Amino acid sequence: MSLTLLAVQALNGLQLGLLLFLIAAGLTLVFGVMDFINLAHGAQYMTGAYLAVFFYGHTGHFGAALALALLAALALGLVLEALVWRRLYDRPHLDQVLATFGVILILTEGARALFGPSPLSLPRPEILSGAVPLMAGLNYPVWRLAIIAAGLAAALGLWLMVARTRLGMQVRAGADDAAMIGALGVDVARLFRAVFGLGAMLAGFAGVMAAPVLAVEPDMGDGVLILAFVVIVIGGVGSIRGAFIAALMVGLVDTLGRSLSTDVARLFLSPAAANDAGPAVASMLVYVLMAAVLFARPQGLFPARAG
Amino acid sequence: MRAAAVLLALAAAPPVLEGLDAGFWVVTLSRALIFAIAAMALQFVLGRGGLVCFGFAAFMGIGAYAVGVAYANGVEDALVAFPLAMLAAGGFAALTGLAALRTRGVHFIMITLAFGQMAYFAVTALSAYGGDDGMTLWTRSTLGGFGWIEGRWPLYYACLGAAAATWALLRALGASRFGRVIDGARQNPGRMAALGFDVRRAQLAAYALSGALGGLAGALLANHAEYVSPAYMSWHRSGELIVMVVLGGAASLGGAGFGALVVVALEEVLAGWTQHWRIAMGLIVLAVALFARDGLAGTLTGALARLRR
Amino acid sequence: MTAMKSLALAAGLCAATAAQAETLDIGMLLTLSGPPAALGQHIRNGFELALAEKGGKLGGFDVNLIVVDDELKPDVAVGKAKALVERDGADIVVGTVFSNVMMAVFKPVIEAGVVLVSPNAGPAPLAGKGCHPHYFNTAWQNDSNHEVLGQHATNQGYKRIILIAPNYQAGKDAMAGVKRYFNGEVVDEIFTQLGQLDFSAELARIAAAKPDAVYAFMPGGMGVNLVRQYDQAGVGLPFLSAFTVDETTLPATKDAALGLYGGTQWTRDLDNPINAAFVKGYEAAYGAAPSLYASQGYDTALILDAALTAAGGAEADALSAALKAVAIPTTRGDFRFGANNFPVQDYYLAQAVKEGDAYVMRKVATIFEDHADAYAAACKM
Repeated sequence: MSLTLLAVQALNGLQLGLLLFLIAAGLTLVFGVMDFINLAHGAQYMTGAYLAVFFYGHTGHFGAALALALLAALALGLVLEALVWRRLYDRPHLDQVLATFGVILILTEGARALFGPSPLSLPRPEILSGAVPLMAGLNYPVWRLAIIAAGLAAALGLWLMVARTRLGMQVRAGADDAAMIGALGVDVARLFRAVFGLGAMLAGFAGVMAAPVLAVEPDMGDGVLILAFVVIVIGGVGSIRGAFIAALMVGLVDTLGRSLSTDVARLFLSPAAANDAGPAVASMLVYVLMAAVLFARPQGLFPARAG
Repeated sequence: MRAAAVLLALAAAPPVLEGLDAGFWVVTLSRALIFAIAAMALQFVLGRGGLVCFGFAAFMGIGAYAVGVAYANGVEDALVAFPLAMLAAGGFAALTGLAALRTRGVHFIMITLAFGQMAYFAVTALSAYGGDDGMTLWTRSTLGGFGWIEGRWPLYYACLGAAAATWALLRALGASRFGRVIDGARQNPGRMAALGFDVRRAQLAAYALSGALGGLAGALLANHAEYVSPAYMSWHRSGELIVMVVLGGAASLGGAGFGALVVVALEEVLAGWTQHWRIAMGLIVLAVALFARDGLAGTLTGALARLRR
Repeated sequence: MTAMKSLALAAGLCAATAAQAETLDIGMLLTLSGPPAALGQHIRNGFELALAEKGGKLGGFDVNLIVVDDELKPDVAVGKAKALVERDGADIVVGTVFSNVMMAVFKPVIEAGVVLVSPNAGPAPLAGKGCHPHYFNTAWQNDSNHEVLGQHATNQGYKRIILIAPNYQAGKDAMAGVKRYFNGEVVDEIFTQLGQLDFSAELARIAAAKPDAVYAFMPGGMGVNLVRQYDQAGVGLPFLSAFTVDETTLPATKDAALGLYGGTQWTRDLDNPINAAFVKGYEAAYGAAPSLYASQGYDTALILDAALTAAGGAEADALSAALKAVAIPTTRGDFRFGANNFPVQDYYLAQAVKEGDAYVMRKVATIFEDHADAYAAACKM
């Protein structure tokens, strides 16, 4: 494999990683601050994509679709928070798992009932629909560069918010000890609502950014949910910095693993066996990475909670 | 007392259903009983032990594949295949438990999920045993060459027997000193360790036993469907098992079994009404999560207790 | 009215009710949920269209169609197949879409003595060693549509090609089918994860290897993604495929799929009266262009109609004999089964084009004529 190809794969891994970061960031905040396992986060990503498709169908304009989808995702997130999540903050994790599992079923099947089971598409905006040549015979779509830029911008924005604003200070403190800041006079209910709304918007935003590249279908949140959990566990629950580093790691390991595993397997096994073993190992690599990290640092790389 | 009544009702079910011209429900009930075995085994580590395992479907899948691989190699006898299934699944649980039990909380959930996924991908890659297409079992497991569970009713009673045995075993273990150690390990592992108990070893034993019972459920599932496939190990199945346990009531063995029966029966009934039955299922699950804090079984026994007063 | 006339009237009424058609229960087991649901939906639509055109009757029987979703879960499908034959008393079972489900439900249906007709899945074991007198396939054997592209690549004189498919049995069968008829060098076989959505890594590999063409088997949502990302990456090589580019995915891929090739046994522009009526009727009834899957559903109904008329009933042995002898015109032309109960038919190379606002597949060339599958010889019936 040439150095150019390796560089291209690394760029692909970076893009996947940043998309994962957008999803994992909301999840880690919700889990860190509210100690709330939200299995429906993947479904919120899916909802963002469908909302964008819906609004694009009515406005014909990507920018308008994006803005409306984000607002609708935020609204839906706040409604869910008020109706369902609020009752579950003090409940054990298992109850949260059960409730959010139910919400996944409702949202996923609801999307299928409203939009049908076939994959739908969202066209990219005109100005960002070109491609830049990376190597002979391979162009890199400008839209993927846009995803990278959006991911980096979101990371910067989140870091600024968490490190420099009052809300961010409350988020950090809340991740450490929510009861304490409640006792200190912070409106914890409002903080939770803000965190949850932010998480819902980030997931929805990821959905809209991913829609032009990936197929929009009811089950699209499934695989992404598992990867997002892997990212936040590696990065450390409640840590944005951890989610960022972990997402990049997962993106790179997954992409490079998929492109190299069969070739590496061929060094040791017959071609037929390598064709079996290579993809199997490639699928497992992310989990092996997670297991390795947890073995060395059981709390993840940058745990937000003390101890 | 209540358990005996439930057992009696379940034993009487086939002739009653046949009389009501609903004989096919015996097949669905067999499947429900198989998942009840798995749910009870999961409740032992999840409800009692406080260890939320998100890779339990892998134990069922390994048990099913033990039967399948044995069959593919000419071994059909249940006396070989079933213990093999339990050993394989229990062994996998013990090995992965060694690593997983070093973690806690959400990290434990993710590690068990990871191991479950690894098992799933490994089996999918085994093209020798059908890979993703799976394998058909042309005959069910035999006993000394005799097709003892070939018919609908014999299989049902075999599943009922296995479920009853599982319930009795886990009940007895739960009431024993071992059960109290597991309880204590869930409530305050530090204190248990200070009292001199080897918490890690007890949890590992519980985890391995739970895995072995999951393997038994898997072996029965392979016989019920006469088919094995990697789909038995997907993380969705693991999630559904957790839902069964929590829906029924994670605090009790009977609750978990009841949850399995309810979920399997509900899927059957709802799917007959509408194509979009998952919405109804989701609403029910959500309602139980929000309003029935002790799960369905817990809420029902609570209501019964209030009625009696 | 005189007594004579009343008696005659009563006798006439009795005769009329006696001549009323019997009901036939047909169980239809398809994948109707999840990402690949569009395939099941198209098959169902095609079958129901033909049934409606025949006034709800096949072979003179009133058809009670019991449609069941297998959810692409083999062990769930087994239970549903058993329910169809044991509880609902299905006289015939039409199914399934996917090969893994097919292998799972084969045993319960066949052992219940019910004829099983597959409108889609055609796995190799059931065409070869595992063939059965009561099992029929009205679509193709799984490898055939892939063989089309292998032959086409040979015809075009391609020296080096790359294959890409998901890492499951059908993916491996697909590559085997292509290699059977391609006489050049397969530079690389890229297996992807089932359900994988991002192919940037694989596309980079393909571009780096600089082959003469790419062959892809990527059904459902995976194919939609691959086609759009392939277009965005500007790889520009001839894109050969089967079950990847067709009317179930074209509504999502749109312009990205233009010019890409597919292997098929049916296109909308096959020139025969049944096909012309079918395409028109389908678009009127469902507001979308029919795919090869829809044509398979439609043809299955036509074939069953002919066989049921000849056999006079759904009794397994009689119906099987009648099916074996079926030789009727269908949407793809004259249809007949081969010795292993799989079709012997022509296969075409098709290409995605835009006509007005619609995206459809158009026939480009005939690749095989009267082509039997590679497993027929292994079937000892």
